Amino acid sequence: MAKPKVAFYWCASCGGCEEAVVDLAEDILKVVEAVDIVLWPVALDFKYKDIEAMPDKSILVSFINGAIRNSEQEHIAKLLRQKSQLIVAFGACAHLGGIPGLANVANRKEIFETAYKLTHTTVNPKEIFPQLVTEIPQGKLTLPEFYDTVKSLDQTIEVDYYLPGCAPPPDLIMKGVQTLLSGNLPPKGTVIASEKALCETCPRNKTKPDKMVIKEIKRIHEVIADPEKCFLAEGIICVGPATRGGCGERCINANMPCRGCFGPTKEVIDQGAKFLSALASIIDANTDEEVQKITESIIDPIGLFYMYSLPTSILRRKQGV
Amino acid sequence: MMNENFEPKIVGFMCKWCTYAAADLAGVSRLQYPPNIVPIRLMCSGGLEPSYVLKALQEGADGVFIGGCHFGDCHYQTGNYQTNKRIALLKKLLEEMGIDKRRVRLEWISAAEGVKFAHTIKEFVEEIKKLGPNPLKKEA
Repeated sequence: MAKPKVAFYWCASCGGCEEAVVDLAEDILKVVEAVDIVLWPVALDFKYKDIEAMPDKSILVSFINGAIRNSEQEHIAKLLRQKSQLIVAFGACAHLGGIPGLANVANRKEIFETAYKLTHTTVNPKEIFPQLVTEIPQGKLTLPEFYDTVKSLDQTIEVDYYLPGCAPPPDLIMKGVQTLLSGNLPPKGTVIASEKALCETCPRNKTKPDKMVIKEIKRIHEVIADPEKCFLAEGIICVGPATRGGCGERCINANMPCRGCFGPTKEVIDQGAKFLSALASIIDANTDEEVQKITESIIDPIGLFYMYSLPTSILRRKQGV
Repeated sequence: MMNENFEPKIVGFMCKWCTYAAADLAGVSRLQYPPNIVPIRLMCSGGLEPSYVLKALQEGADGVFIGGCHFGDCHYQTGNYQTNKRIALLKKLLEEMGIDKRRVRLEWISAAEGVKFAHTIKEFVEEIKKLGPNPLKKEA
């Protein structure tokens, strides 16, 4: 019997998800043995036209990482949807919009101005910006269209499963791949990770006081965090209470607070609003002056509460830009 | 741009024990106030998830009114203190998100303050009229 066909594709992402696949180490041989890879731009040389020539639904599963930020990514995501039986949103950017999704605090014009004109290291006296089509003597050169708004994968195509994380941990990837190849499929839309919040399995949970009160917010670089104690109890913002568990607490074990890359738990739509609610509740401030003072000390709520999930939040982007 | 006949749509989240009762009192006292508010009764203003406010704005509400008990009067002891902190932080987030924070108003109105309720809603409707329609409002 022919081996099932699998595709890996990257959209707006950093390459960390590809790295996570490579980090499967010898387990990757098991994957390669079990499947026939038909597309993996970062590692292997296939052409888009090869995929276009394939019959519809002939790929068992396509793993797509990265957010949708330009027309090429949208096109390939749609093409893979057409050719695949299953689509897995691989990693935080495909799942929630991820770090590239924070670009939704600006628009294309502002991003181009910054990137091609305003930064100190940019020298661009003719103010040349990327063009969709450029005519040169040899012919026409084209670039994909850069969109105003970053979207998650499921805002562009139908997605069957989600492998969360920035990047997904190798054991979770292996579990996901094995589940899909086994044919024993979970319900559509499943996020392949824990159903509970990170705090449930956090090794510091036992030091969490019964009544948590924060008098002052400390940023992680301002203090030397105690490697045993609950970050929030110390006044260091940790998004664990509003984040799905299953990551293996890699950041926590490296003495870094959670930033929420696994996204919200199943019942929650808006991770940032949920965390905002939880954080406000444990702040010890009763008078308006106290509330005002501590609220002002929370720098950049969007970046903090929606570090990985702005495009899938209720508001999706900054308004009026 | 601004429609002269613009009637703001305001979603009101009110606690059962104080502000909702104040709205009832305003009603039975036949106090006049604009009909722009759609009241939603909560057991406590502390039960208001910040995501409800975001959802209301995203769905096109021009303003969101939140009413709770005065400090010290909460039926659940501290619910309104929680609301106060959450809404302060939410307003900061809204500003960063490019939404005018004046579209969200938090007031403490007791069950005896029907007059204050009617007056507050009147004032809020006037303010939202000045701000104009919520820019997130989808074209009908």
